[in-house]
Formats: sequence, structure tokens, C-alpha cells
Amino acid sequence: MDQTHETHPLPDMKVADPSTFAGIVVEGVSKAYGPKTVLEKCDLVVNKGETLVIIGRSGEGKSVLLKHMVRLLDPDEGHVWIEGQEINGLDQAPLMELRKKFGFLFQGAALFDSMTIGENVGLMLKEHSDWSEARVMERASECLRLVGLENAEDKLPSELSGGMKKRAGLARAIVMKPEYILYDEPTTGLDPITSDAINDLIIKLQKELGVTSIVVTHDMPSAFKIADRIAMLSRGKIVYVGTVEEIRTTDHPMVRQFIEGNSRGPLGAF
Amino acid sequence: MKALTESIGRFVIQSTLSAGRGALLMRAIIFQLPQSWHMRREIFNQMHVVLVGSLPLVLLTSIFVGAVTAVQAVYQMQSMVPLKFLGVMISKTVFIELGPVLMALVVGSRLCANYAAELGTMKVTEQLDAMCIMAIDPVRYLALPRFLAAVVMIPILTIFCNGVAIFSAYVVSVMTLGVSSGVFIEGLQMFYKHSDLLGGLAKAFVFGGIIGMSGIYNGFNTEGGAEGVGKAVMTAVVGSALSVLVADYLLAILLFQILFKK
Repeated sequence: MDQTHETHPLPDMKVADPSTFAGIVVEGVSKAYGPKTVLEKCDLVVNKGETLVIIGRSGEGKSVLLKHMVRLLDPDEGHVWIEGQEINGLDQAPLMELRKKFGFLFQGAALFDSMTIGENVGLMLKEHSDWSEARVMERASECLRLVGLENAEDKLPSELSGGMKKRAGLARAIVMKPEYILYDEPTTGLDPITSDAINDLIIKLQKELGVTSIVVTHDMPSAFKIADRIAMLSRGKIVYVGTVEEIRTTDHPMVRQFIEGNSRGPLGAF
Repeated sequence: MKALTESIGRFVIQSTLSAGRGALLMRAIIFQLPQSWHMRREIFNQMHVVLVGSLPLVLLTSIFVGAVTAVQAVYQMQSMVPLKFLGVMISKTVFIELGPVLMALVVGSRLCANYAAELGTMKVTEQLDAMCIMAIDPVRYLALPRFLAAVVMIPILTIFCNGVAIFSAYVVSVMTLGVSSGVFIEGLQMFYKHSDLLGGLAKAFVFGGIIGMSGIYNGFNTEGGAEGVGKAVMTAVVGSALSVLVADYLLAILLFQILFKK
């Protein structure tokens, strides 16, 4: 892997001074669970306003990397910078303030079982604004309409299908008009039509709200459709970063094997 | 031998880590106490859940606790102690020991299992992570209301249990054991001390804290899927029951050997 790395320098993965950079900088982050190293001195830069897709095989640590960006996980080593602020040393209060800038769509949507969809979507506003309950519900309905879930306010998460749950999760993620939206495998487990609808939603949100999006996926059609840039994670490191066109035409063996879905190559089969 | 030493070492390290994490969670809950007014709706909701869900169980347990205490007290007093002391024996047993401890074991197990399962499921389905991302502190939003509900409701249910158990003992004594109503009531009043009732309620208050903490801690620290939730529930219930019994002994010494001793 190191040899491959050397032949493919990655100029987009570091910035000279993270404390003055407007987007997100992941700098030398390592994370291990017991004897298993998931991330190893991983570097990544996310520019403000772009849609960056992180691809990689299952179990390579894509979700772990995503969770480090909002400090749901603390790195064993390394730093994460958001808009020039190093988040690993932040106290609870400033960290909470920073998180208000983020929306996060979880793989399983992570809707609160005991609340209705309307309450799920409106919860963040209810907690962080002095809006009346009626106004909160109005905004929740507006977000649900945006993701094509009209009249779902009073339903419970258990009454929704997988695709509807993902869309409700997305409505919850955008309710506070975040500057960053992190998507953890937004199309996994969905039929191709629903997947495409979710992709359209991601593009629409990026265009309409101007958010910075980071999408973790191994669904290549989805990645090609929504990405400005694509980064590939393998064996704990980002091994390639490039635009959609660069990814399509690269001769990087790992990327080629992954996008062609070939079981033979440097990534191995299992 | 080496394996045994390693197991003991691992157990000691794990126990120390758990105690440390538990203390940090307790501290976090205490720091959130000023937020109680803001969270009042959720706190009352949790109290309501505890009260309504536990009342039938408490009622049934208390009726039989009173009845059994009366039958066994009469058996033990036979031809040794006059029956006028029956009331005092029953009231002291129920107020000081049976009421608080049985409520902690019966209602507490139910409550502890409920908290661990609910919060554990939220943990493994990333709902707790979702709450953190939404800049909502799970300790304030989830742990504080549940902890306060346990601390307040266990003593209230203990008072209810005391009343029902004494009444049940009275009915059984008068109707089946040949004790007259006047003798039973006179016995109840004979050596009554406020400290008996207060001591029992102080125990119930501490037990409520132990039960709440055990359920919340194990729920928040659940790992894995359904198996992890099952393990968390089991650990929470067993841990809380054992802790209640140990605390009962320590509180008995503190309250009745030191504080209330004349």
C-alpha cells in the first residue's frame, strides 16, 4: 500500500495551517479498537461548500472517520479541525455550539422510537430556539415536505419503511439549516429508485442550502452522481482523492478494483 | 495459575473502570440538576410511568407482605410474647426493613430493567449519537428525568407499600388470627417512633438513587446489538439488587446505630 501511496501523491489531503482553514481538516487521525487498527494517521481535507464522497470497502472505517469529524469518537492520535477550531480539546459547551452547525444522517436513520416523526424533526428546534410549538411543527412539516414526506408528522418511526425513515432522518438533519451535512451510507439497503431519489435530495439540498456535504458510501453510481470530489479509504488511510472524472480515469489499482467491483486486486476479496 | 491471575487482574481493572465511569455519570447528573425545571415535563412523564406501571405490582406485593408478616409474627410470639406487641412488631418490620427493601427489589428490578433496555436500545441503534449531534446532552435529556423519577418515586411507593402492608396485616390478624382490633391498633401506637418511618424512607431514597444509576449507567454503556442489550439489562438488575442489599446493611448501621441511636 505504501508503494502505491508513493506513486500517487495526494496534494489535497493537507493544508499548511489548519487553524486558518474554512472547512474541515482531519490530521493524522488514528483509531484502534483493541488489537484492530481502524484508522492509521489518516489525513483528509473537506473544502467549504463541496460534496465530498468517501468510498471504501465495508469495515474499512468510513463511518468511524465520519464520527471523528463531529467528535462522536475521540481519536487515539491526531486532530480534527473545523473552521479553524481544533475540536478534540473543546469543552462540552463550545462543542455543543459547534454541533449545531451539523446535520447527520445515520445509516439506520436513528429516529427516536418514542417520538412521532414530527417530534423527531422538530426536537432540535424545540431545544435550541424560543419558537412556539406551532412554529416548530410548521418548520418540521416544511422539512418533511422537502423530502417528500407530506402528512407523516403524526406517524411513529415503526410505521415507516426503510426509505421513508432515511428521508425523515434527512428532514431532521436539515431542520436547523446546517452548514455541514454528514451522510452515513444514505442509500444502503434501498431500492434503486429510492436511492436515486435520495441522491437527488442530496444534490438539491447542496444547491438550495449551499451546505458542505460529506457522504460515506460504497454505492458507486450514487458517488458519481452527487460528488464534487471522491476520497477512497483503505487500510486506515485515504489512498486517493480526486474529482469524479479523475476517479473514473485513474489507473490507481485500488480505486480501479473498487469501482470495477473486481474481487482480484490489491484490496483482496475478503 | 497465570490464567487465574489474569482473570482476577482483568476483573479488578474492569470494576475500577466501571466505578470511575459510574462516578463521572453521577457527577454529570448532579451538574444537570439546575436544569430540572426546564426538563419538568419529561421528569413528570417519567414519574407517571413509574407510578402507573408499578402500582398493581406494589399493591399485590404489599398485601402479601403484610399478611405473611402477621401470620409469622403471631407464630413466633405464641406463648412467649403478649399479642399486644403484635402491632409494634409488624410496623417496625415493615417501616424499617420490608417496605423499603422489597420495594427496591421488586419495583427497582422492573425500573432498572426498563431503563437499561430503553437506553441500551437507544445506544445500539445510534439514537444517543443522534442526540449528541443535535447538541442535546443525553445526560440532561434522558438520564436526569429517569434518575429523579427513581429517587422520588421509590420513597413514595414505599409509603404506599407501608400503608397497604399494615392494613393487610391488620385485616389478617383480626379476621383469621383471633387478634382484636383494639389490641392491634394499640400495638401499632405503642412504641412508634418517627425515626423508624424516616429511617425507612431515607433507605428508600438511597435505593432509588442506586436503582436509577444502575439502569442508566448500564444502558448508556451497552455495546453490541440485541445480545448487548440483554447483557446490560441483566447486569443492571443483578448489580442494583446486590448494591441495594449492601447499602441496606451500611444504612442500617449509619441510621440506627449512629444517627437515631439514643
